[in-house]
Amino acid sequence: MSKRKGKISHQPLGECITQVQRILRERYCQQKLAKGLDGVGAQHKHLEELLRRTAVYGESNSVLIVGPRGAGKSSLLRSVLQELLEEKEVQENLLQVHLNGLLQTDDRIALKEITRQLHLENVVGEKVFGSFAENLAFLLEALKKGDRTSSRPVLFVLDEFDLFAHHKNQTLLYNLFDVSQSTQAPVAVVGLTCRLDVLELLEKRVKSRFSHRQIHLLSGLTFSQYLDRVRAQLSLSDDFCDSRFAQEWNASVKNLIEDKSVQDVLQRHFDCSKDFRSLHVLLMLCLSRVTLAKPTIKASDLLDASRLCLADCKTNMLHGLSIVELCLIIAMKHLNDVYEGEPFNLQMVHNEFKKFLQRKSNSMYNFSPPVIVKGFEHLQQLELVRPVDGSPKTQREYQMMRLMVDRSQIMEALQKYPQCPTDIKQWALSAFA
Amino acid sequence: MAGLLEHPGYDEERLKRAAEQLPCREVQAGMLLSLMGESSQFSFLHLLFLQLPHATLSCVECVSVALLFEQVLRSFFGCDVASLLPRSPSLTDFVRIYRQQSPARQTRYIVMEKAELLRDADANLLPALLRLQELVEDNVTVILLSEIVWDTFRPNTGCLEPLLLHFPDYSKVELQQILSQDRHPSYSAELYSFYVSILLGVFYSVCRDLRELRHLAALNFSKFCEPLAEGKVKETDTHKLWKNIEPHLKKAMQTVYLREVSSLQWEQMQQMEEETGALKGLSAHTHVELPFYSKFLLIAAYLASYNPARTDKRFFLKHHGKIKKTNFLKKNEKTTNHLLGPKPFPLDRLLAIFYSVVDGRVAPTASIFSQISSLVTLQLLAQVSHDDQLDSPKYKCAVSLEFICNISRTVNFDIMKYLYDFL
Repeated sequence: MSKRKGKISHQPLGECITQVQRILRERYCQQKLAKGLDGVGAQHKHLEELLRRTAVYGESNSVLIVGPRGAGKSSLLRSVLQELLEEKEVQENLLQVHLNGLLQTDDRIALKEITRQLHLENVVGEKVFGSFAENLAFLLEALKKGDRTSSRPVLFVLDEFDLFAHHKNQTLLYNLFDVSQSTQAPVAVVGLTCRLDVLELLEKRVKSRFSHRQIHLLSGLTFSQYLDRVRAQLSLSDDFCDSRFAQEWNASVKNLIEDKSVQDVLQRHFDCSKDFRSLHVLLMLCLSRVTLAKPTIKASDLLDASRLCLADCKTNMLHGLSIVELCLIIAMKHLNDVYEGEPFNLQMVHNEFKKFLQRKSNSMYNFSPPVIVKGFEHLQQLELVRPVDGSPKTQREYQMMRLMVDRSQIMEALQKYPQCPTDIKQWALSAFA
Repeated sequence: MAGLLEHPGYDEERLKRAAEQLPCREVQAGMLLSLMGESSQFSFLHLLFLQLPHATLSCVECVSVALLFEQVLRSFFGCDVASLLPRSPSLTDFVRIYRQQSPARQTRYIVMEKAELLRDADANLLPALLRLQELVEDNVTVILLSEIVWDTFRPNTGCLEPLLLHFPDYSKVELQQILSQDRHPSYSAELYSFYVSILLGVFYSVCRDLRELRHLAALNFSKFCEPLAEGKVKETDTHKLWKNIEPHLKKAMQTVYLREVSSLQWEQMQQMEEETGALKGLSAHTHVELPFYSKFLLIAAYLASYNPARTDKRFFLKHHGKIKKTNFLKKNEKTTNHLLGPKPFPLDRLLAIFYSVVDGRVAPTASIFSQISSLVTLQLLAQVSHDDQLDSPKYKCAVSLEFICNISRTVNFDIMKYLYDFL
């Protein structure tokens, strides 16, 4: 660590906080990850070698990067490209075409997008092509360098690769892989997908032209590696404007990670999912509480953020129901218990509720049938009950429905329900209706 | 309130104004603000006021994606850019045009209400919107507002998970506070909050929706103030005021709340001095005067729907002989036909029951059969079989027990004796 004499800049605290927020938010929201993704060294090398062979030596290749959502496929590709583009030769020659399965829903649209990204609209002009293959061949021909010996290498990146496999005849895929097998032009086709069974989706002729090269990003992280990752995500790099602040910040982060309660919370999240995305959501919530008054992340922030992330939506919704609707839900729960989850209709629920009223001589819950129907409709609107896919011709009261809320969720909601009348609670807890 | 005003980077004056419009939501608003960060920073997506560049749209209005794209582009970049969209734009066009515009200095927000309708749009729309920041490479945040839980939104192969911010329901105290804010200028605040507390007492167990309660409060306030205006009671006479308004509110529950009568009718009724009997709601109008034979056809249809076929012999034959009681009377509670709904029956069975139920001899003329068709048109019977099937059509009876009891009373027919479930 070199000691710089004199020029150590100290910024005011507000400015530092702003900078921290900016840097970390960019990291979480825009996936500008810190350099050097951990745990994917081998994959990184593999991909880099492949792309280098296309970019520098003119070899055609195809590869699929497979990994669950949030595993870091796009970031891997981005970091490899960033490294490669630092070389002058690659920077001058390599052309990139980025396609996304969500945007280019059709092969025709995809072809237009390719034309646009290769800046060949003028060359194509008003030409009409007989087939997709002709068009693609024309485009690649047009990319030939001045001495007409070979065409410039093109990198095709296909995001959401599995969606391209749903296009008609898989023309785009067929042609791209065909080009990558022939000596037409040096082409690299990189597909990114979250489906492990993506090869099953490909037609036989497409599959045979594919090189069957797959890079898997299945993370085999242990918990301690996960903790390291959390620390890396929260830490500031050395080139932060105020080095003293950065050191303090990093030290506080280190203390935070070593806190036992924080480790419990992180263990819970680790057990649910190990990917970057959910981690970023958690850290984002913690980050949002960093203000001028409280310039560090405390353990309580992490606990609160975790509670927010793991909160059950349906229980929260049950919390907001009126008494009528709550009674209906409890009646449905009893029906489910007695008849083991078979679908029910409104008449049955109403009948169940009436049985409860008969036992209590309390007239407080004596709601008229239309009010009960309105309550039921509100539950349907909130999608807490859903109709079984049956004939829509039945009358509304007799249409069979299912309850979409679990027994445990109902019980949990009842505990938290504000001023829940005791007789309703007891009715819910009783074993038989 | 204080927590809201502390956020750096936002003008304090605007924050105060926003806070006034958002009673009882300080916690959520504070969270949103802290997540949105200072103006030029990034934030995740998934809930406005502060005059940041935003585009608000309701998914109910945007029936096609073209409307959605156009509205967003117009709000951010103006009409000229919005007109660049081709005739039936796809997502690529939208992303391309957006990318060509200048990047945002401040975070842009797209707010979409009733976002659950996005699930029914094209399969790629929702995942693309969630990733919009990546696709357009701009500082844009998408906020989706919905009543339905997020789990139902998730597409099959997953998507970029948004940040979920739950807005909990208002508690009774908070509702009281919010409703008391719309007080009438000529009456005191305490009077209005007393009125609101009575209203909540009647309606809280049934409805918690703020909009409905507000509507009911506005409708019924004039009736509440009637004795005050007439000078019969003073403002402090709380008991008398309560006695005056309570039956009125209970009636409102049966009528206006259920939308049986329109709000206009309700107000007119309040202005009339005497009570003109029961207010005729919408469901009162479903009662139709039927001709004599039609009534019996309807009764026969009801019996055919709700009695199992094997019991016809016992009810409708003059000498049915002995039937084993054990099999006959055995019925589970679950299979009560009145809980399961009407069953379909063929035309022959309907006519057989009809002939045995109606007094005197009836010839099977075309007029009888045409009455069956008109019952179907009135939706008192439902046709179950396909239109093509001419030789034995099947029907179902679509009226309630109450309705059929009224009808049978008018023809002096005791239907309860003939119903299997009420044996």
